[in-house]
Amino acid sequence: MNKEREPLFSSKNLKLITDPLNSNNPITVQVLGICSALAITVKLKPAIVMAISVMVVLMVSNVVISALRKSIPPRIRIIVQLVVIASMVILVDQVLKAFAYDVSKQLSVFVGLIITNCILMGRLEAFAMGNKPWPSFLDAIGNASGYGVILIIVAFFRELLGSGTLFGYPVFQKIGLYNIGYENNGLMILPPMALITIGIIIWVQRAKNRALIEEK
Amino acid sequence: MEHLIDIFVKSVFIDNMIFAYFLGMCSYLAVSKTVKTSVGLGIAVIFVLGITVPVNYLLQNYLLKAGALTWLGPKFADVNLSFLSFIMFIAVIASIVQVVEMVVEKFTPSLYTSLGIFLPLIAVNCAILGGSLFMQEREYANIAEATAFGLGSGLGWFLAIIGIAAIREKIRYSNVPAPLKGLGITFIITGLMGIAFMSFMGIKL
Repeated sequence: MNKEREPLFSSKNLKLITDPLNSNNPITVQVLGICSALAITVKLKPAIVMAISVMVVLMVSNVVISALRKSIPPRIRIIVQLVVIASMVILVDQVLKAFAYDVSKQLSVFVGLIITNCILMGRLEAFAMGNKPWPSFLDAIGNASGYGVILIIVAFFRELLGSGTLFGYPVFQKIGLYNIGYENNGLMILPPMALITIGIIIWVQRAKNRALIEEK
Repeated sequence: MEHLIDIFVKSVFIDNMIFAYFLGMCSYLAVSKTVKTSVGLGIAVIFVLGITVPVNYLLQNYLLKAGALTWLGPKFADVNLSFLSFIMFIAVIASIVQVVEMVVEKFTPSLYTSLGIFLPLIAVNCAILGGSLFMQEREYANIAEATAFGLGSGLGWFLAIIGIAAIREKIRYSNVPAPLKGLGITFIITGLMGIAFMSFMGIKL
């Protein structure tokens, strides 16, 4: 199947990985996968677990769908995609329950919600259905990392400003910020601040990369 | 009865799908450009949530839960199929959406044309699957409670999308900093609306 002449990491293929990190980021530009992204960014650890889970699910399902793309009847493709994704998510969920039970409890329903995470359907429809398995694999890595990067940035600020810790390590207490009258910002832990943090990330990104600005 | 109203009000305002759990954000952001389309999508969501949550409740309690198969005989008392719940729920949702689409098309063509493309798209809306998963996690006592929860979440989602659509229609004429235009300002407004909705958190039911 993989008889392409171009080298495995040609510039075209590398672009598949680097583009989603910035100018075609799944969250800030394509607006995919916000559903389950925001609720789990209160602490860094669940955010990273979530990013890894999404990456695993996306890589496998992108490759599977891309390998099957010629034999899937177009009328029932959504159901086929959902079945592939759902089986992967069940695997990830069971692994998390077995080896990282506390994180799995924190993520609660959001592991299951990876199934309807738009990033999966979006990439399967837009990329895997029309490309060979290897580029699809790279596309999956690129998009999942783009998603993960945003998750980790949001979680970093929310955990640092909201609880004064990083991975549970009390950073601000060690520096001694509390002694000079610093208080944790409790608002950062609450859901609305995740939206506002992403809004600010979008602002910063578009201010730097003006090609992304929407004209209306 | 009072208890049902409690669950309903709680799922509309306090546990709002959008502002408390960010469920269904993708279609919320993509479709909220005008009030008219938002109303169509919102009604479709209420409709589908009101049907899928009770159906999945029955599935959960008579098929999937640990010991749920006891009605087949004492031999099945130890069977726990809950690991299958994701795939069952999504299959139920996808097929119910399909059935609802056909029924609506057959009996109320006018509603069908106004819902248009949104009905099939709802199968992959996180709010729908999220509703079923929350129902599973919170273990409602009977089917009436599950229905109240489903309808309430749908209504909460409906209110949220209409609110943001109305604001977005107005904000088009405002002088927003260029990099914030469109997506950025929508996120920030949603965050501010979320803060406003947090004032309901003080209500004890």
